[in-house]
Amino acid sequence: MKILVCISKTPDTTAKISFTQNNTKFASDGVQWIINPYDEWYALVRAIELKEKDPSTVLHLLTVGLADTEPIIRKALAIGGDEAIRVNADSADPFYIATQIADIARQGGYDLIFTGKETIDYNGSSIGGMVSELLDWPYISLAVKFDLNGSVATVVREIEGGEETDEVSLPLVVSCQKGVAEQRIPNMKGIMSARTKPLKVVEPVAAEALTGIVSFELPPAKAGVRLVPADNPAELIRLLHEEAKVF
Amino acid sequence: MSVLIFIDHSEGQVKKASLEACSYGAALAGQLNVPAEGILLGTVTTDLSTLGKYGVKKIHQAAQEGLNHLDAQVYAKIIADSATATGATVIVFSNNLSGKAVAPRVAARLKAGLVSGAVALPDTTSGFVVKKNVFSGKAFAHVAINTPVKVITLNPNSYPVREGEGSVSAEVAPLSVTAGAPKVKVVSATQATGEVPLTEAELVVSGGRGLKGPENWGIIEDLAKALGAATACSRPVADAHWRPHHEHVGQTGIAIAPNLYIAIGISGAIQHLAGVNRSKVIVVVNKDPEAPFFKAADYGIVGDAFEVVPKMTEAVKKLKGIA
Repeated sequence: MKILVCISKTPDTTAKISFTQNNTKFASDGVQWIINPYDEWYALVRAIELKEKDPSTVLHLLTVGLADTEPIIRKALAIGGDEAIRVNADSADPFYIATQIADIARQGGYDLIFTGKETIDYNGSSIGGMVSELLDWPYISLAVKFDLNGSVATVVREIEGGEETDEVSLPLVVSCQKGVAEQRIPNMKGIMSARTKPLKVVEPVAAEALTGIVSFELPPAKAGVRLVPADNPAELIRLLHEEAKVF
Repeated sequence: MSVLIFIDHSEGQVKKASLEACSYGAALAGQLNVPAEGILLGTVTTDLSTLGKYGVKKIHQAAQEGLNHLDAQVYAKIIADSATATGATVIVFSNNLSGKAVAPRVAARLKAGLVSGAVALPDTTSGFVVKKNVFSGKAFAHVAINTPVKVITLNPNSYPVREGEGSVSAEVAPLSVTAGAPKVKVVSATQATGEVPLTEAELVVSGGRGLKGPENWGIIEDLAKALGAATACSRPVADAHWRPHHEHVGQTGIAIAPNLYIAIGISGAIQHLAGVNRSKVIVVVNKDPEAPFFKAADYGIVGDAFEVVPKMTEAVKKLKGIA
């Protein structure tokens, strides 16, 4: 069994979001970077659990990013995984990224690919689906539970208005969200061993970026809260009805 | 040349998110001066010809029972083939759970540029630029699609459902497909029937730890019922199993963008705000005047929820003439 977990670097959840160069670049000065929470808490941890259950499992982590993503991939290795691959490229286009991941997956002979449900920066929710199409594999989106019995996966996924339980033979791509696993904090042993785990750097395959970010924009600032006295909730309801007209 | 709209369905019904996609796709088609067509896989009880009033001229329907469960791989092939056959240049999905499953596959299959989470019609004055939500609602990006065929997924509650003048009927054209056997076997599916999905709700009343326990949720439910709103909760509440997980809004739960979000006893951690900051109007009721949520709110009451909320419910009932 060979599992590939896709890892993204994102600004910390609490990072201040602002832009430079005439609103065309994210202002990264002073920003703390983290592993995309969905990749870390759910995709990576579930893959580690599968390896704990079956120690013959080979678990590789993959990121598409420049050298500055290495601290993030080391941090992921401290939580678990045998080795990491970094594709030396940077792009905001999901097709470009997915093409790189699909190429690594083809060459590495993986059986199972995990992604987080989306990244908290571009909010695309599209890498898993694209990779599965490029590989012509089945895709389970937005999984909340994942179990493996031999080469057959049982997955519960969120669908419109409910949940669906699926059975599917590997190979398979799964995007993971809350429910699949619980966050783990790396321990000292993990941190130490991560330093010596292999981190392979490969150059990207030729691919086109099909989209490009032209500019960013911040939403207009809120005018500030309008407080209504606690002894007059009816006034709040009147404002919502007559002024905000929301019902 | 056309705009092709993926019409999603659940429980045999075409839901609001798809009507928004129809309205958006029709407006875009008008902008590009091409017809808007729809594609629906499976069977529904909704009379599809009535979707004409949202501006959709023709609906391609593959009315096979076997297609009622959405299989991303099977769906993507049919939609991509149909887009090619009808000469579609833009394919529109809702960015709901169904759209997230299928749209990326369709885009990769057609090698079409994808923008997911669009919040407005594309700017087509020079190229094709789509405004989308990024940084979990904290910013927008304007993204250019550089390919001849384009795929857009529209964020729910970002574009209004618009009915045109008069009653125009859409032509329903049978689509014959030979779908391969799905590799994914559906063992079971559960639907929370009768409830408005949180992502589609226009009004949401949400409770946090300030409610002190699940036994106190009556005041939230009463207000929601009077308003005709859906109920939601914060992460600690879902983690403590006071409320079901599908009600959890926030970064790890679901992101929503209702017209009105009333947060009761929720302090407003940044992770919670990431799930609700696209709400059009935010109301905060909290006894702590320093609660960070007030900074993100439009209206607020600093006070005890157990006293304030029942009075809000009374005021809503009075306004609506409910005894």
